[in-house]
Amino acid sequence: MSASGGAATRAETRSPITLLTPSSVAFRAIVGKDLRTELRTLQSLPAMALFAVTTFVIFRFGLDRTALSGSLAAGVLWATLLFAAILGINRLFVAEREEGGFDAIRLAPIDRTALFAAKAAALLVYLVVLEAIVVPVFAIFFLDSAAALAPLLAVLLLADLGLAATGTLISAMAVHSRARDLLAPLVLLPLVVPLMIAATGASEPVLDAGGPSYERFGTWLAVLGLYDLIFLLVGYAVFDFLLED
Amino acid sequence: MYGKGLKTLSISTAIVIAAAFVLVFFYAPLDADQGFIQKIFYLHVPLAIVALVGFVAGGVFAVLHLRSGDSRWDAYSYVAIHMSVIFGVAVLLTGSIWAKASWGHWWVWDEPTLVSFLIVFLMYATYYPFRYAIEDRQRQARYASVFAIVAGAFVPLNFMAVRMAESLVHPRTFATAEGGLPGEMMLTFLVSLAAMGLLWTTLVRFELTAKSASGQLKRLRRALDAPAPGGNSRVAPEVS
Repeated sequence: MSASGGAATRAETRSPITLLTPSSVAFRAIVGKDLRTELRTLQSLPAMALFAVTTFVIFRFGLDRTALSGSLAAGVLWATLLFAAILGINRLFVAEREEGGFDAIRLAPIDRTALFAAKAAALLVYLVVLEAIVVPVFAIFFLDSAAALAPLLAVLLLADLGLAATGTLISAMAVHSRARDLLAPLVLLPLVVPLMIAATGASEPVLDAGGPSYERFGTWLAVLGLYDLIFLLVGYAVFDFLLED
Repeated sequence: MYGKGLKTLSISTAIVIAAAFVLVFFYAPLDADQGFIQKIFYLHVPLAIVALVGFVAGGVFAVLHLRSGDSRWDAYSYVAIHMSVIFGVAVLLTGSIWAKASWGHWWVWDEPTLVSFLIVFLMYATYYPFRYAIEDRQRQARYASVFAIVAGAFVPLNFMAVRMAESLVHPRTFATAEGGLPGEMMLTFLVSLAAMGLLWTTLVRFELTAKSASGQLKRLRRALDAPAPGGNSRVAPEVS
């Protein structure tokens, strides 16, 4: 869209000599920075995983079940993953805000949407790592067999993409407000309702007690894909305006 | 400048609303199986349609605001969403009454349109805390516009997802509105829709006028070096 073109012309009019750093370089640099910081400080991921596992334990007693299947299993899994994801989403831009990263991005000769892509990619990595830890735990706690995990992988990946897109957008919007820890979940939850409907809809038959079935599986995956596409495009189109100052 | 034509608009709105109510109570036939309570349909459905169109209009104004940088469009977007949220409360209330009367429960989860509307309403209800949590006015306007665009894209997607989640096939109001609705009912429905649309437009115009007046008052006070008595009131966005 015009976002990248607009940024390019703006940079050129400011100073004709400056050339934009290619977006792929900027993207790699920001993702690398984010993942390195997370690896060294371990601020988000351990908390997210611990939160998810504890929530499973609470569901075990709250529902008074030792095994789950079908819609109940899908609901427990997705509610837990969503709330764990919110922990990470809340912290996504905190370093940028507190250490002046936003100013640095504004000064750097890069297309600003590279920041959106990089942050969404970093969040996607967080979510994938979280699920790599937590979903096997879920299977051990509640499921009879691991047969559901393979088809679940596709649902998880598509839903993560949507969560990464909306989460990055909302986190970037909320980080400049007074009550950011409160606002990000408040705005994000209604926004991801369609995503959760599709994700639980696809997971429900897969997690059935008698082994995975695929009733309307493809349709729900298509809805997830559509959701991802729309919010990646919307994020790409509007993210520029969140960085202007 | 916002007050121009407001009198004519208000009077015509009042006339059309009166006409709609006359048609609803004296002209439209009683529904065969729902009886008198079905008449709430002429209030509930037009309100819902106007509210949804208002939400989308808020998104369109937000796009205009971001493209032009003119804070007037931000005020339009804010007022459109504000009025639609108020209409949304009325939609949920009338929907609830209708559900109680025809299905026996105040809330019915297997009516996808009602559930979708609730989710959309909850989404837009977060517009206020979000907007007022940002202190800088320029940034507030810009971020609110981004919110309005994101939420505007969310509305159709949400309706699709909720409808698909519904395994039961429920009679669709719209299918009946287009197919099986008799002429008298259709005419009444269309007049009611026009009435609610006009009501929305009039209220939006009134709010814009009020905002513009209070903005002017504030500027005059500032020019006279007399601070506003109530301190910093929440009349954002200001209209010039």
